[in-house]
Amino acid sequence: MKRKIALFSLIFLAGIFLSGKNDSSAIDGKGDKKSEKKVITACDGETQVVLNDVSKDEVMSREKAQEVAGMLLATYQQQKKYQSTKFTRRDSLIWERELKAMIEEGYKWFHDPSLGTNGISCDMCHPDAADNHPETYPKFQIQLKRIALLRDMINWCIENPMEGKPLKEDDPRMKAMEAYIIWARANQDPRPHAKILNPGKR
Amino acid sequence: MPKMPSERKEEQYLKEREEFFKALPKLNRRQFLKVAMASAAVALAKNQFPPHSFQLVEAVEAKQGGGTEVKFRFAYISDTHLYERKLNERFVRAALKAVQDVNALDPQPDFVLFGGDLAQLGQPEELKLGKEILSEVKAKIYMMVGEHDWYLDLGEKWIELFGQQYYSFDHKGVHFIVLNSVIVDDYWTEAKMTPMERMKFMAQLDNPKGRPFTVGKGYGDVGRKQFEWLKQDLAKVSKDTPVVVFSHSPLYKYYKPWNFWTDDAEEVQALLRPFKNVTVIHGHTHQPVFNKIGNINFYGMLSTAWPWPYAPTGLPKLTIKMNRADPFDQFDGTGDGTVEILANGKANKIYNLWSREPMKVTARYLESGGREEVPPLPVDPSF
Repeated sequence: MKRKIALFSLIFLAGIFLSGKNDSSAIDGKGDKKSEKKVITACDGETQVVLNDVSKDEVMSREKAQEVAGMLLATYQQQKKYQSTKFTRRDSLIWERELKAMIEEGYKWFHDPSLGTNGISCDMCHPDAADNHPETYPKFQIQLKRIALLRDMINWCIENPMEGKPLKEDDPRMKAMEAYIIWARANQDPRPHAKILNPGKR
Repeated sequence: MPKMPSERKEEQYLKEREEFFKALPKLNRRQFLKVAMASAAVALAKNQFPPHSFQLVEAVEAKQGGGTEVKFRFAYISDTHLYERKLNERFVRAALKAVQDVNALDPQPDFVLFGGDLAQLGQPEELKLGKEILSEVKAKIYMMVGEHDWYLDLGEKWIELFGQQYYSFDHKGVHFIVLNSVIVDDYWTEAKMTPMERMKFMAQLDNPKGRPFTVGKGYGDVGRKQFEWLKQDLAKVSKDTPVVVFSHSPLYKYYKPWNFWTDDAEEVQALLRPFKNVTVIHGHTHQPVFNKIGNINFYGMLSTAWPWPYAPTGLPKLTIKMNRADPFDQFDGTGDGTVEILANGKANKIYNLWSREPMKVTARYLESGGREEVPPLPVDPSF
């Protein structure tokens, strides 16, 4: 069975290699413009399929595009680097450290009255980020009369009880506070509803 | 025409209500009427009219003569957490609202207890502002300290403004004790903290390095002296005398990470064990929370500034949570309240929640193990 898969992938890779060759000759400008092959690259920026039957500027039919997408995925999956997304202990330590740094940044802002103007900080009503229930967002927030995300509620608190200016949605402080709130709910609340959150899991 | 279920319910409700009011003896005490109306309103709001909605008041009335009549009342205001007025008007408004409430009580309470955390960061301006606001209270006021009043200068300014940090007094046959229950181990000397660093370290409720409160331990000899004093003070009181203890922290162990906790609670409880009727009334937790351990009934006070969430674990079994506070309403989950001292020495507690119906918790509820006189359950509990 294993041998079969290996053989299959070999043929596949050879195919890519060959079509790649065709493609490069087209890019080299040796061929006629009209006969330039269409090259489709996957989102990894590396995996490609070269289409002999579609020219560069041609718009594919939906069926054809679906077929090409299937080929691209199959090619991608055949590549060894995908089959073994193994990471070392060192990798996971780095990732953990990065996550921890962001949570700590969030903790810092969550306890900082400088987001507001009247001395109040988030933690004064939400010790350990309690009573934020991040697992319930998005939801229709009756008082706002619209769908709210967690960040909308963070901003609401900054503007109202804390009498400060709202943060931009992509403000690093906002992102860090969201990270802290989710982490705190998952890690400091032992009740089952908080356990649906699993930040950092892979 | 057939009646809709809701109409039938309404009819039943009106009938019950009429009977209920007919059954009541002529009331000269407005408070009872207020509570009766409140329980009726709660039943209405819940769209259900079980007869037991009214039991609370009926039971109290029916047992008159069995020592359950109200002998006197006192009110409380707690946890105002004032900043300087120019920085934060919000908490000043809330404190003034409480003063207004207490002054509007008719009849007036025999006295008002302030439950601690007058200031947010223990600063002289904050404490002075608090004194100024509380000076508007018409009734006599008894002061208690909280950790927010204490850890900038270890009580220096507070003592200058308000006097003794622990004391006792007798009122109409009840022995009242006011404690300083926020004494912790010295965490500042070795860390070379400035007074403001020490204050802010203490002011953070969820401080992972925070130290547990004690009555009889901690830095210097403040706690040890207090514990000795408490022993001697209680030695002079007969075991039949009802004892009411005021402490800022709950005199039991609720949730350590937020210091909803007194580390030497068992030792203090042991001193109180020989007495027939003991009630502990505490601040700090900013929520309706009640408990019973042995002979001691415990009631937490509301804050005027903001409600704390219920802790994820450790909540006493007898506690019925208040409704989840609406953050868009500054006054939801906050308030003040009164305590009724009954002729039999027991104490009932009324939580005057500013944006909800008042919640009455009786000694009978606690002493029946939560079976009788059950306060209304929350419609919208926190999670």
